[in-house]
Amino acid sequence: MIELVNVKKVFNAGRPSEYSALNGISLNIEENKVTVLTGPSGSGKTTLLSIIGCMSRPTAGRVKMRGREITSLPERFLTDVRRKSFGFIFQQHNLINGITALENVMLPAYPLGERRSALKERATRYLGQLNLQDKASSQIEWLSGGEAQRVGIVRALINNPATIIADEPTAHLDTKLSHRFMEIVENFKAEGRTVLITSHDPLVYKSSTVDRVIKLRDGQIEE
Amino acid sequence: MREWIEKQRYIIDFTLSSLLRRKVKNLGLWVLYMLVVFLLASVMFYTHAIKKEAVDVLRHSPEIIVQRIIAGRHDLFPVRYLDILKRIRGVEAVGTRLWGYYYDRSSGANYTLLVPPEQEVVKEDAGRESRTVTVEQDPKALHEEHRPLFATDGATVEPGSVIIGNGIARVRQAGPGEFMIFRAHDGKVMSLKIAGLLSSSSELVSSDLMLITEDDFRKVFGIPDDLVTDAVVSVTNPEEVTTVSMKISKQLPDSRPIVRDEIRRTYDSIFNWRGGMMIVILSSAVFAFVIFAWDKASGLSAGEKREIGILKAIGWETSDIILMKFWEGAVISLTAFFAGVILAYIHVFFTSAMLFEPALKGWSTLFPAFKPVPFISAEQLIVLFFLTVVPYTMATVVPSWRAATIDPDTAMRQTGE
Repeated sequence: MIELVNVKKVFNAGRPSEYSALNGISLNIEENKVTVLTGPSGSGKTTLLSIIGCMSRPTAGRVKMRGREITSLPERFLTDVRRKSFGFIFQQHNLINGITALENVMLPAYPLGERRSALKERATRYLGQLNLQDKASSQIEWLSGGEAQRVGIVRALINNPATIIADEPTAHLDTKLSHRFMEIVENFKAEGRTVLITSHDPLVYKSSTVDRVIKLRDGQIEE
Repeated sequence: MREWIEKQRYIIDFTLSSLLRRKVKNLGLWVLYMLVVFLLASVMFYTHAIKKEAVDVLRHSPEIIVQRIIAGRHDLFPVRYLDILKRIRGVEAVGTRLWGYYYDRSSGANYTLLVPPEQEVVKEDAGRESRTVTVEQDPKALHEEHRPLFATDGATVEPGSVIIGNGIARVRQAGPGEFMIFRAHDGKVMSLKIAGLLSSSSELVSSDLMLITEDDFRKVFGIPDDLVTDAVVSVTNPEEVTTVSMKISKQLPDSRPIVRDEIRRTYDSIFNWRGGMMIVILSSAVFAFVIFAWDKASGLSAGEKREIGILKAIGWETSDIILMKFWEGAVISLTAFFAGVILAYIHVFFTSAMLFEPALKGWSTLFPAFKPVPFISAEQLIVLFFLTVVPYTMATVVPSWRAATIDPDTAMRQTGE
């Protein structure tokens, strides 16, 4: 379980442009469930997601993972937690151009120094599961939007994380591909993973796959 | 350990693919970098080789040369002074030299005319005759094993003939058997036959040289029999060269003794100066490169920053990114460094530094055809390495470190809310 206690996040603190993105969020995210954070633009969805995913630290408050306080961990340990526990699916895929789909998928595992043959075999298998086996050696810029997103999903899975974090995953997908994405999320759930999604797409937060919807507004949870 | 090695391999692989992804930028940078190393290395190698050659050639020049000075200028040396020199304690032998400069109007060049001391003609097995000419008439040199300043293939300087250096032969487009016209001091025209050419092995110092008999020399310049150009002195104990030189100054107050080391130092400083001038001129190129390299290497593009953000977001540590950038800088600078050094080596030692020849060798009309002996010192390479590779690699790592220490959520933030 991921537990957030009175989490606050202030950008540009002490400057005229100071902006408070999160104003005291307390929340429990259960394991093996699909949770959706929803709300209008500027409500703090992505900020909250990045704090849960150990990509940034809160200005105040605590985040605990399975009872372990992670907010105060040094950067190195935080990276380790991020690498092993979370897989990220970004709104605009955030794939690296100029290298192949297979290399993009393998990238998160490079710092772990796993044997190349084993890593390549796993990456190819995962690509195959999302019908991307033919695209493994294609450069990222040659892929369609849907294919690029699936490559992003496979990349999120490569280190076999317990939690998948997806930021506006259907923002650039048509209805058919959005449904396909929700099927994939269903599979994640079936595999026992925790899924955390930010979205203001009704197709996502009204999906039967979703266990819980949390509404945010002005950096606070809307009851 | 295996994991560590595997990790380094992954990061190097990714670095190489990163370099290839930005081919045009990196290739441009690499070529420029290589050119700068090439230019600097060429100047260093060439200056060093030319100094080494000059020092080698001068190794067996006389220990002391004595010149007469009148009103601060070099004047002809009276033969009667030789007896005074011989009587100085510590002096082993005394000799005389006859040499001077002749300005050739037709080619616009200055030749050095020199009367060689008499040397024995050696009959070789093949029946060929050869004559080794040790111009600097150091009496010690006769029984020392050393490289002669130059040699002729059996040609003898007979009255009415000259032996000329290769530079003169090239400028005049003349060869053995042809005649050279001289205008003597009294306006009379003298025609001297070219008896042979000097060997090209020491062309750096013999390019403009012309050997002539004593009689012809005195006729060209109008020098009476009781005067010579200068005297050479050899000393019994090499440690006493300075003492003997001081004694000479005392005995012959109107004369100036020149010690061999002084000549060597002069050559050294001349070539150092020339090398220094080249480096000063080149430094503007180096400076331009530094600005360019700093801009290219340190200013991370938006694309590169985004990439660093993505890598951090998917689990790369700051140290992994710094390692990647380190390899990127190291690959570019090391390969450019070695390519530049190898090209400079070929340029200096195989093409005789065709790009710098005129600037560094410095004869105006008579360029010696000088083929430097291949030689590189570790010190030169280390200096060059620290001037190029180290600063460049640092310039790539520092900005990456700055970019890599920011929160990875920048990658998400670019597209998120």
